Amino acid sequence: MNPQDLRVILATDCGSTTTKAILIEKLGDGYRQTYRGEAPTTVEAPFEDVTRGVLNAIQEIEELSGRHILDGERIITPANGTTGVDIYISTSSAGGGLQIMVAGVVKSMSAESAQRCALGAGAIVMDTLAANDGRPSYEKIERIRQLRPDMLLLAGGTDGGTVSHVVEIAEYIAAADPRPRLGIGYQLPVIFAGNKEARSQVQHLLGDTTALSIAENIRPVLERENLMPARHRIHDLFLEHVMAQAPGYKKLISWTGAPIIPTPAAVGLIIETVARREGLNVVGVDIGGATTDVFSVFHEIFNRTVSANLGMSYSIANVVAEAGLDNIRRWLPFAFDEQTLRNQIKNKMIRPTTIPQTVTDLQVEQAIAREALRLALDQHKELAVGLKGVQQERSVSDAFTQGASGESLIDMRTLDLIIGSGGILSHAPRRVQSMLMMMDAYAPLGITQLAVDSIFMMPHLGVLSTVHEQAATEVFVKDCLVPLGTCVAPIGTGKIGEPCFSYRLLFPDERVIADTLGYGEIRLLPLPSGQEASIELAPAKGFDFGVGKGKKLVGKVKGGVVGIVLDARGRPITIANEEDMRVQQLQAWAAAVGLYPSEELKIKN
Amino acid sequence: MAHSYTPGLRVTPDTVIQRRRLLPILGEVVVTHGATVSATTEVARTSLPGKVYPVNVVNQLSIAPDEIMSYMRKREGEAVSKGEPIAENKPLLKWFQVQVTSPITGTIENISHVTGQVFLREPPTMISLAAYIDGTIVEVTPQQGVVVESHCAFIQGIFGVGGETTGTLAIAVQQPGEELTAAHLQPEHVGHIVIGGSLARKETFSRARELGVRALVVGGVHDRDLKELLGYDLGVAITGTERIGFTLIITEGFGAIPMATRTFELLSAHVGRKASCSGATQIRAGVIRPEVIIPLASADESTVHSPRSKVIGGGITVGDTIRIIREPYFGILARVKDLPSELQRIPTESEARVLVATLPDGQDAVIPRANVEMIEG
Repeated sequence: MNPQDLRVILATDCGSTTTKAILIEKLGDGYRQTYRGEAPTTVEAPFEDVTRGVLNAIQEIEELSGRHILDGERIITPANGTTGVDIYISTSSAGGGLQIMVAGVVKSMSAESAQRCALGAGAIVMDTLAANDGRPSYEKIERIRQLRPDMLLLAGGTDGGTVSHVVEIAEYIAAADPRPRLGIGYQLPVIFAGNKEARSQVQHLLGDTTALSIAENIRPVLERENLMPARHRIHDLFLEHVMAQAPGYKKLISWTGAPIIPTPAAVGLIIETVARREGLNVVGVDIGGATTDVFSVFHEIFNRTVSANLGMSYSIANVVAEAGLDNIRRWLPFAFDEQTLRNQIKNKMIRPTTIPQTVTDLQVEQAIAREALRLALDQHKELAVGLKGVQQERSVSDAFTQGASGESLIDMRTLDLIIGSGGILSHAPRRVQSMLMMMDAYAPLGITQLAVDSIFMMPHLGVLSTVHEQAATEVFVKDCLVPLGTCVAPIGTGKIGEPCFSYRLLFPDERVIADTLGYGEIRLLPLPSGQEASIELAPAKGFDFGVGKGKKLVGKVKGGVVGIVLDARGRPITIANEEDMRVQQLQAWAAAVGLYPSEELKIKN
Repeated sequence: MAHSYTPGLRVTPDTVIQRRRLLPILGEVVVTHGATVSATTEVARTSLPGKVYPVNVVNQLSIAPDEIMSYMRKREGEAVSKGEPIAENKPLLKWFQVQVTSPITGTIENISHVTGQVFLREPPTMISLAAYIDGTIVEVTPQQGVVVESHCAFIQGIFGVGGETTGTLAIAVQQPGEELTAAHLQPEHVGHIVIGGSLARKETFSRARELGVRALVVGGVHDRDLKELLGYDLGVAITGTERIGFTLIITEGFGAIPMATRTFELLSAHVGRKASCSGATQIRAGVIRPEVIIPLASADESTVHSPRSKVIGGGITVGDTIRIIREPYFGILARVKDLPSELQRIPTESEARVLVATLPDGQDAVIPRANVEMIEG
């Protein structure tokens, strides 16, 4: 069917625990998401057939919508009146997602490019091997033997460059004789995407013992990455080898009207598509129970990272282990003894499906979320960098301004939009809690919009964008994103209470609000979704809105379900070390934006 | 009648369980279908290929890779001993001779003409797989492993560390709410699986290790003590490979929490019996919980008098006993009074599916359904 003729679209995302289905319909001129259903994923015993969960989720949509979609275990296509759908599409992260091991010659060059390629394809990178990674060679071989990845991506050497170093890594792989995670007796899929001159020797070494396939070099010259061919090959092998081993997927693949892609790859696709269409620099985050994915598009360069053990249930204790308990406690507006706090966090780890019932419990989880978000962005910044090893010609004047090779692409001053997703952000009882969690974790600079994914439909829209980009972006803007509002914050630190910046806000109804914020203050000004106001900002000496210290900025701010948050808490945000002071400070900030029920704050005072 | 699906841990006096025992790589199954096995019986074995050590011969001899064969003293497939020369140059003066020696005892596996590396492999290691539980072989997968079935009493814990072990059950406390202290552990507990009450601390762990206790089963531990026991702060609940000298199983959670009476009574009823247990825990999709398995002789059915109750997983109904697993009622056992179908607003302002439970003091409390579990089996 021609994409333009699609009127009823059914999409599912088969997650580790839940299979989520949505129905998208063409209503009038535009596409809207109309119904959703969900059911437990059925990859594990006793069902061991992913399609059971898919059928259950679709049945829920049938009941809610009145549309007759299933004929027994068959999805009826095409749509005819209130029967059937025009296309069924799906993403999947069930069974632990796609786990890849990558290898290259130079750690900061081909190995890093291979890592970016695998991450961009939606994989979890289990380890990155390189000739110069500092490990003795027998340790590398032992590591390849121990890990049981779904596939291995081997890069290295520019075209026409080093052969022997690439062959050396291939020899290690051959000596290790690696086994795949799924399917005892099957050969491990290996993709070679390095120096084309080394192909025949890699074929000789790995052709018989692995399921080897060759892709174009991901780093054909030092100055350019060419990640897409290898990324597509990863997706092909994901379907042919990994998915084919997972229970029920052969049937599921036969139902879909477009290739199934890994869930994180689909989220990346929709963020990339929207950033390109709107001309925005975007950071997207999906904080789940076990992992946190970060996506960024800066100046049209897409990057994705996954922090495999930063999450809010299965991995909650690891966030605390990595961040340190003091960094969690700094976000708590009350005193808490260490033993009780540690035990409480571990109890969440062993019973991951429980939810906070008290506000105190909610505040602890939201404090941990701030640190998980911060750590995941720090890891993202390390990988989302310009190409290393590229020679740059500089004049004397350039030497003072030009960024070094390998500098992070993530520049908070030029960031336009932050999109949050995952239970703790999408389902926070108050939307302002989601906004503050992201603001505290990311400390955005200047003028930055924030939004959350309403019901986690970014994966569905990502796979839809491969079939019908316009439908995907329409639903993304109208039904997926919940605009929270805009954060306005200058860079700099000062003394509590001294002037930080003045503002003059001109609303669409011509109302004007003007005032000055003291350093250490935060203020919320309501501005509904869909409205835009003009703002004039005059920072005090030493503060900078991204255009220079003390320089005025005139811009636009967009409204949302929260509104405009004027943030004079400093960058970095300054929190008192002394406990009583910290509690007072956090309670004042919470009261200023209506973060928690007021009775809770009174009780604690 | 209102009904809801609720997860829970199995604690059952009389059941049949199966355990799949698989080799990590293909090998040989050494028992037959229908065979009776004990926990320590070998059911399968394989030889794991030895570790591989590359040696860059051409760098050490300063030669080109394609010249390597004329400098090698050993050929592919030949055995070598640690320190034995595998390659050497041939200078005019012997004074200048350079020899490359083997870092291991093993065999020459591969000589590369492209990179000039020589790969040596250590001898294979034999892996023997035990049955883990007393029972019968009910399934054999050739070259891979077996399924063992056992008629047993079965207790799942909530979290554990340390691997599989076997031992005789002993009880060291009087009440499920009593802390298991170091003083409770006595020399007669060597080789035993020791049942405690509400808590075990780091001093108790040290004593268990000194004595050679096989396993401790208690209601709870403090996270700080677990960190000291492991030597690191546990980040994710995927355990079972720790080498801490004994296996630790907690039945309730972190903190001092009395062991559920039913669990305590069932374990107490089998003191002196041989049992198998494992601390292996995996809290992810495909969850694995730690366990204690007490094989029953057929005559035991009439001698074990623990109350039978409903099977978990089917859901809870009004009148059922539940355990609350989250603050502010963490650890309390309560009785389900009502299962309203509408979402209700809880103190965090979230809308959640809830149940009304009657607490031991007679008060009613509204609890999110996500925050309760069944412990009966």
